[in-house]
Amino acid sequence: MIEDLATKAKNLTRQYFGRAISLYAPIYISNYCDNHCLYCGFSQRHDIPRKKLSMTEIEKECQTLAATGLQNILILTGESRLQSPVSYIKEAVLAASRYFPNISLEIYPLETAEYHELFLAGADGVTIYQETYDREVYKRLHPAGKKRDYDYRYESPERIAQAGMRHLSLGILLGLTDWRQDLKALFAHLRNLEKKYPGVEYSLSFPRLQKVAGDANDYQPISDQEMMEIIATTRLMFPRVGINLSTRESAAFRDQIFEFGITKLSAGSSTKVGGYNDREGIGQFNINDKRSLNDVKEMLIKKGYDPVITDWRRIGNE
Amino acid sequence: MDKPFIIAGKELKGRFLLGTGKFGSKEILRDTILQSGTQIVTVALRRIDLNLNEENILSYIPKGTILLTNTSGARNAKEAVRIARLAREAGYGNWIKIEVINDSKYLLPDNNETIKATEVLASEGFIILPYMHPDLYAARALVKAGAAAVMPLGSLIGSNLGLEMKMMIKILIDEIDEVPIIVDAGIGIPEHAKQAMELGADAVLVNTAVATATDPVKIAKAFAEAVITGRNNYLTKTADQSFMASASSPLTGYLHD
Repeated sequence: MIEDLATKAKNLTRQYFGRAISLYAPIYISNYCDNHCLYCGFSQRHDIPRKKLSMTEIEKECQTLAATGLQNILILTGESRLQSPVSYIKEAVLAASRYFPNISLEIYPLETAEYHELFLAGADGVTIYQETYDREVYKRLHPAGKKRDYDYRYESPERIAQAGMRHLSLGILLGLTDWRQDLKALFAHLRNLEKKYPGVEYSLSFPRLQKVAGDANDYQPISDQEMMEIIATTRLMFPRVGINLSTRESAAFRDQIFEFGITKLSAGSSTKVGGYNDREGIGQFNINDKRSLNDVKEMLIKKGYDPVITDWRRIGNE
Repeated sequence: MDKPFIIAGKELKGRFLLGTGKFGSKEILRDTILQSGTQIVTVALRRIDLNLNEENILSYIPKGTILLTNTSGARNAKEAVRIARLAREAGYGNWIKIEVINDSKYLLPDNNETIKATEVLASEGFIILPYMHPDLYAARALVKAGAAAVMPLGSLIGSNLGLEMKMMIKILIDEIDEVPIIVDAGIGIPEHAKQAMELGADAVLVNTAVATATDPVKIAKAFAEAVITGRNNYLTKTADQSFMASASSPLTGYLHD
């Protein structure tokens, strides 16, 4: 059964995306966070060194990363409107757009007009995870902070689409609850968005939870085989939707699974604030695939895939 | 003798056009272009690296090939116009395949926006080959707007389903005489390309079926041959098709009963 599913998913991915995998990397610019997500290393309740990059430091991160050849980046902040206001994120986008043609954001939920402001500044996509669609679990794992408002987060993708963004990435954090239920709810969410905002390019991510120190909550670990099932099922249900896989997964696992539905891999990544120039500090999650961009490119070429670096030309958002 | 295949005054040797997306490597792409003898290839501007390093797709496209830059990623006419202008400024010539898609699920082209973009760009001297949904009114509007060819989809992009839009394409072939009709999208096997040519299309454009094949060079050659066969069949009327049934010997009953 799982073999049939995998074969179908592989064929569909090849048919709709070809032998091409896009590569990207995250840039963490701030880890201040007002949320209390019980499962997260950046949560407010953790006493970790907090850092927010200055514009000069952001430029330096961009320079270092751009020198590796990468062109697609994801700018991330912790969810603190106070520490990383929209004006700060906008400046960061403007700075990064001098180095990269394609910029996406993973930030706290905004109002439509704010998303539009960032779109005009040069951001083309936004990533926002609901984490879990189980309201009870959501409530329990987000005991305080703005993120506690399930509906405001759930409605964010609509505001992002209305703001004109080209790419929208959704996801669930695997392990918080029964993944089958969450996957079903994610599919319903996506299907609804597709109908209302057909022009947006959608992609999905399935990060597996990494338990942080001091977290006594019970989670439901996801096996490699279940990951395969999740990725392949998604491909069958949504043949043209992108699927991202980050470096929180190991190199061996990524090399094995990407052909079954993945369209975008991160490579040469750091999840630390300022991590491309300063190796000290704590990342949002542990990187299990520590290979450089070139190593990942080489692996793809060996497997008969074209590593896609150039995938967008800035055309002036309006 | 076949009449020459001409787009915007340029006489072309072959009737097989190739898309360059989805290939596993740029070396394979280059070999496929060379071996299939295709003269026009379409490349998305978004995929061309400005830095002109060794990975630049353009350095794998043989000299003498006509570069048909496409506006992939454009969601409306304005964006398509901007992409076309960027392509010309960057020195990629003025042959543009307009592709305006505002539906990420089916990747269907938006005919209205495509017509608008064609009007603007044709007036600026671009040679415009618009990708369109085979609708006769839209095709006429594109011709009026200055399109150098009309490229109706055979079926959904990447679907390999063949000529699902056959009847509508046939209508375009019958009614549009001013510019060539090139069937784009959905051509999944050489047989589909042959059918399109037998229908009377002037050319076909194939991408997915070649790029994702286990042997792109081999299948591209098969497509190029199928296009020639289909064209010959069309010229010799071996495959004349009608919307109405017709008896093979309509007078037999009268004369011999």
